[in-house]
Amino acid sequence: MNPRITFATARRVADQLRRDPRTLALIFVVPPALLALLRYVFDEQPQTFDRVGGPLVGIFPLIMMFLITSIAMLRERTSGTLERLMSMPLAKLDLLLGYGLTFALVAAVQAGITGAVAFGLLDFQTAGAVWALILIAVANAILGMALGLFLSAFATSEYQAVQFMPAFVAPQILLAGLFVPRDRMPAVLEQISMFLPFTYAYDALAKVTANEIDSWLWLDIAVIAASILLALALGATTLRRRTP
Amino acid sequence: MSGGNVDSLANVTEEAVISIRDLDVYRGGLRALADVSLTVRSGIVTGLLGPSGSGKTTLMRAIVGVQIVKRGEVSVLGLPAGSVELRKRIAYVTQAPAVYGDLTVRENLSFFAGVLGVAENRIQHAITTVGLKSQTDQVVNTLSGGERSRASLAIAMLGDPEVLVLDEPTVGLDPVLRQDLWQTFHRLADEGRTVLVSTHVMDEADRCDELILMREGQIVASGSPRQLLERSQTDNLEQAFLTLAEAS
Repeated sequence: MNPRITFATARRVADQLRRDPRTLALIFVVPPALLALLRYVFDEQPQTFDRVGGPLVGIFPLIMMFLITSIAMLRERTSGTLERLMSMPLAKLDLLLGYGLTFALVAAVQAGITGAVAFGLLDFQTAGAVWALILIAVANAILGMALGLFLSAFATSEYQAVQFMPAFVAPQILLAGLFVPRDRMPAVLEQISMFLPFTYAYDALAKVTANEIDSWLWLDIAVIAASILLALALGATTLRRRTP
Repeated sequence: MSGGNVDSLANVTEEAVISIRDLDVYRGGLRALADVSLTVRSGIVTGLLGPSGSGKTTLMRAIVGVQIVKRGEVSVLGLPAGSVELRKRIAYVTQAPAVYGDLTVRENLSFFAGVLGVAENRIQHAITTVGLKSQTDQVVNTLSGGERSRASLAIAMLGDPEVLVLDEPTVGLDPVLRQDLWQTFHRLADEGRTVLVSTHVMDEADRCDELILMREGQIVASGSPRQLLERSQTDNLEQAFLTLAEAS
């Protein structure tokens, strides 16, 4: 690993985003717009809204980064640039961290904008600190990135990569407790949800929103961190120097 | 120029920078390389010549160390192909341009300069070498196919590689530029580097000091263009290729 190469990668990824202003606009505008829509859909059910509204601020970065990273990595593979980089003095970690740095920054801005709109303009309620919510949102974004990176190895086309969103992300969102609290799910599903990283990502957000700063929150954060490391390690094994 | 003491096998082995012994490679269940043995020397331009699908790219990938091989030995600069130390000393340009289409030529080069750890002033030098000066700040996706290949080639010119492995770098280029690039390849070789260039265009063959003829994953013949003409008793390389391919 070499900081020079890591930062060169981070800058290159940032340059690519800068050259694609429409993608940047979508990243920053879609989440607050969806929250605004949600706010008025739930206009008659303020209780439900208060429960899911806060956590949603931190779920968007996770989903977005998952999608963007899996496509970006797939492009890196299919354009031949990955093969070129693998023949150069670049450590796999340089590439992963380079993407991580830029995407984490984008996620922080996204979560900041979404949070500002939600709590400032849309009457979203949170008993906890907004900065803590945004911090967890950034952690979730990095988790999404790491998972996207790993799963992109199993897609050979953009069509497939996009399908990973309903195939891999949607079930986790359903099981995370966002729609139905986990203790009210059938036992089997509750058991399954314990093995899914999104469960802990959502739980941490819900706890901060409700200002329940207990040891379970720290467990959630620890599981998120461990999932990031595991996904990055698995992702690194999918970057092959030698290919058939 | 070419020729001289090329015939002396002892001499060839002594100067060999790339040396391959009994290489077998399978791609997609098919035998892409069959029992290939060869040496490539420094200080000259070696051409890898053969029709499309003859195994040129696979052979180059094996030399660079990105190809999974079934059997055989590939060594470059005395180290096994794919060694960490070699990644700085070999430049590899793939046939399809491996550049970021959404970045400008300069942005692409400045990223790879960062990866290779070379000074910024090398960027201008590389751009000039491949003749992309007026396209420097153009986004790669808006360039023509030939310009894109040149942007990809420029990345190989950034560092100070001892070995250059170039897969069909002159396809689709106009004759003037092709001439310039071949002069560049010879200049790089004159500096003592090892230059291996693949092509399927026969008229590029006599621009090489030494040729390796490939067909169906095997080496049909190798030697200087003059030697190949003498051996096949023909007066053009296309005919020589046919005669030697039939004889093997």
